[in-house]
This record gives sequence, C-alpha cells and structure tokens, in this order.
Amino acid sequence: MIRFDSVSKYYSGNTRPALNSVSLEVLKGEFVFLVGASGSGKSSFLRLVLKEEKPTKGAIHVLGQDLARMSNRKVPYFRRNLGVVFQDFRLLPQKTVFDNVAFTLQVIGKSKGFIQEAVPDVLKMVGLAGKSGRLPHELSGGEQQRVAIARAIVNKPAVLLADEPTGNLDPATSAGIMTLLERINLNGTTVIMATHDAGIVDQMQRRVIELTSGQIIRDERRGGYQTQAIPVQGFGLAGGASV
Amino acid sequence: MRLGLVLGEAGNGLRRNVSMVISVILVTFISLTFVGAAILLQFQITQMKGYWYDRAQVAVFLCSSTDNTANCDGVEATQDQIDQVQAALETEPLAPFIKKVAFETHDQAYRNYQDQFGDSAGADFVTPDLLPQSFRVNLVDPQQAAVLTESLSGLAGVESVVDQKQYLDQIFAVLNTASITAVGLAALMLIAAVLLIATTIRLSAFSRRKELGIMRLVGASNRFIQTPFILEGVFAALIGSLLAGGAIVAIVQIFVQGFLGDSLNGAGTLVGLNDALVVVPILVVIGGVLAAASAGFAINRYLKV
Repeated sequence: MIRFDSVSKYYSGNTRPALNSVSLEVLKGEFVFLVGASGSGKSSFLRLVLKEEKPTKGAIHVLGQDLARMSNRKVPYFRRNLGVVFQDFRLLPQKTVFDNVAFTLQVIGKSKGFIQEAVPDVLKMVGLAGKSGRLPHELSGGEQQRVAIARAIVNKPAVLLADEPTGNLDPATSAGIMTLLERINLNGTTVIMATHDAGIVDQMQRRVIELTSGQIIRDERRGGYQTQAIPVQGFGLAGGASV
Repeated sequence: MRLGLVLGEAGNGLRRNVSMVISVILVTFISLTFVGAAILLQFQITQMKGYWYDRAQVAVFLCSSTDNTANCDGVEATQDQIDQVQAALETEPLAPFIKKVAFETHDQAYRNYQDQFGDSAGADFVTPDLLPQSFRVNLVDPQQAAVLTESLSGLAGVESVVDQKQYLDQIFAVLNTASITAVGLAALMLIAAVLLIATTIRLSAFSRRKELGIMRLVGASNRFIQTPFILEGVFAALIGSLLAGGAIVAIVQIFVQGFLGDSLNGAGTLVGLNDALVVVPILVVIGGVLAAASAGFAINRYLKV
C-alpha cells in the first residue's frame, strides 16, 4: 500500500535531514501510529506520502505507483485516493457543514445526484446527521474535526492520513474521534495517524512507528506510546523489533 | 454542474475584488484605445497614400521674365526651350516612367491660383506673368520623381523641378510619428494592464488561498483550480476592450467622419466606420489573450504540487 525504500529528505538550508534513510511498508487495512517528538519527521513523512514534497533520496510507492515517476498533471488524480485530516481542521468558514463536505466532491467533478446522496451518508457516519446546515464556528472542536474527517473520507479513499487530529481536543472528545477513526479503519481504509497523545496510543494497541531525528527507532506491531521492549537503536528498517 | 461551479467561483472573485477589477477594466480600456488609434492612423496613412500619390504630380517650372534664380536670368523660356523639355519628356529614357504630361500656361496657372487663393490677402497683386509656365507630369510610379529632377533640372529654360509628393511626405511623417507615439503609449499602458491583471489575480488567489489549499488537497485538477481565475481576468479585460472598441467607433463616427469630414468637405480619404469595425475585433482578441496569459501566469504559482 505504502512503501518507503531508504528515503531521505533534506530541506534546503538545513544540513540535518528531516528523514534519514527511512524504509518501511504499510499494508492495506493497517492502523499505524506515527509517534515522536516535534521535528522528528512525522509531518515530513505524511507530506511525502501526499507528494507535497519530493524525497531527496530513495523511492516511495503509494497505492502501487512510484511517486518519483508521477507527472505533476496526475498528482491531483492520485490525491483523490488519499484523505487528509489536520490538527487545525481546515474547514471553509463561510460554508455550511454540508457544503464543506460537498465541496470536495464538487471540485473533483462528481454529479449533483451523487453529492446529494453521499454527503448525508457520511455525515451520519461521523455522527453529525442533524447539523448539516450549521457553519463551522457554530460547532465544537470535536464536531469540527468530525466534519473534517467526513470531508476526508466522503470520496472513499484507500488511505486516510491524520496529522495530530486530536491535538486540539480534550480527552473525551479525542476518544470519540478515535472511535470514529477505528470504525473507518474497520471498513478497510488504511489509517496513518501522527500523534503526541500517549493515552490514545497505549489504549489502542496498534502498530506504532517511532521517529527520532528522522530515523525509525521502533516499529512495533501492537505497541504503546513508550515501548516496553528494548528499543532497537538501528538504522534503516527496524521492523523486526516487536513485543 | 462543473461549468456552473467554475463560473460561480469566477463571479465570486469578481465580486470580492470590485475595485481592482474596475481598475483593470479602465487600464485595458485606455491602453487598447491607444492601440486602436494607432491602427486607425496606419489605415488612414495607407488610405491617404493610395489617394494622393495617384494625384501627386511632378511640376517642371519654366523660367519667367520675373525669375532671376539658377539658369533663368529673368528671361522668359523660349518656345525652343519649351519644345526641348517636351521632347525630353516624350522620348527615352524618361518616357517609360511617365503616365501623363500636361502643359500649364500663364493663364491657366493664374486661373488655378485664383481658384485656390483668390480670397486671401495679396491675391489681387498677382498677375499671370508672375506665375511660371509648367509641365505637370504624372508618374507611373510616384516614388521615382528623382529621375525627372536629375535629367531636367539642368536644361535651359527650366527654373526648377518640384515633386509635390514631398509635401505629402511631410504630412505622412507627422501622421506616422503620431501613430508611433500612440503605439509607444499603448505598449506602456499594456504593460501596466498586464501587471495589474497579474496582481489582481494574485490578490484574488491570496484571498482564496484556504480554498485553494483544500482543493489541491482533495485532488481538484489544476485546470479546475485555474479556470475561474483566468476567466476573472479575461472577463475584466474583455469589458475593457469592448469599451475601447466603442471608443474607437465613436471617435471615427463623431470626430473623423463628423468633425473632420465636415471641415474637409467630406473628403473621401478619411477612415470610415468599416475600418473601425475591423479594429474592434483586433482589440477584443488582444485584450482577451493578454489577460488570459497574465492571469494564467499569475495563478501558476498556486498550482505547484
């Protein structure tokens, strides 16, 4: 589904790499937590998957396509298979909940009929069935994030990327969001979530990839935020380190 | 569905940026009016050349009794000398260049003079013998007057050879300079227009950068993102160029045909409405293409993946 082969990413003007020879593979239907301190390379990883950045070295395959060989013209069509959620929601403030979600489908050219059917469905799934006419500022933070998630999954993407989706939310609300992401994952969508929230990671017991200074220092099948196993201080693929 | 959405987005952009859009309209209007005026001046020059070069003659003035210049010495040209000039005009090597030769006597010259200047002060003092006799020569090719000047100036009894085209050339030089000036001003204004359109579109894109970011994130195609902005620029420029077209038609109708036509007694050598209607589509195309190009260039920055 997603494969990184010795991927390094240097930003110009910075001699330290954001990602240093990272190799990993994420399979279809997995739920993966990306953990690590700020600046450890989590966001760079997500941006590389989205092809918002090009790797300095190494090869990235997403959904069976080599990103290095993809022409700029095809990038938009590639992104239609990926859903993205951010910490700051990124909703359009002057559009209603319904229109925010519908906007995604409009700009990729879906028919009116399809939109009328798909948007209420997805709003019901994220638990906002009665609030389709509200504006974003009339909603709580948790509800806004649900709208953002609805927007990310309305087009039934194969992969959902979430960059600290619970970063701005209280624990109870975060739990609700996680339940939702879990449900989405159960429907077959691969979820990759970058987070600082130890409680969530410990509770979910899913695959955990820990980054430090752009290197993978841990890759556990069913891990917590901090490992109980002896961390593997290796370079490159550290996928063998499991509980 | 998609077309409606694209047009709606373009409309939103126009509404949000009204003041910038108005300035784009005005600048394209003025600059394209200059372009149109320059084109019209060129039409005018071509038309006048066609009309007047056919009528422009080379005059071979003969000596008269009051003339002391060059080879004359105040002696009237004799019949012999006149015949000699006539012979030179009617035989090789000059004959092939000449379309028509007419001889103008003192009396004819006096009559023409009275026709043209009879009203002006001092005309009463002019008598026939003051006005020289002359051969009026129409050339096959008006550009070749120099041939006549060279071969006839030296003949006895010839006072001077005057190419009337040189007077016309001065007029054309003035018109040409005017048209070059108009083109120069137009070019400057067009640069301003292009930059203004680019700035407007950038401003419009900046105010919508959140939407643009989301559009890119969810995989809207570049063309879909680009089109509303290009339409926005083109729409403003088209209004400007249509105004310019209207101004050109009005100038021709009211100033050229109306005012100039009246004061020059409806001379058939002025540009007419037909010429103006040729200019209008040229202006619209220039406006549209420039706007599309500069808007497309401006928005490109937001499409980097």
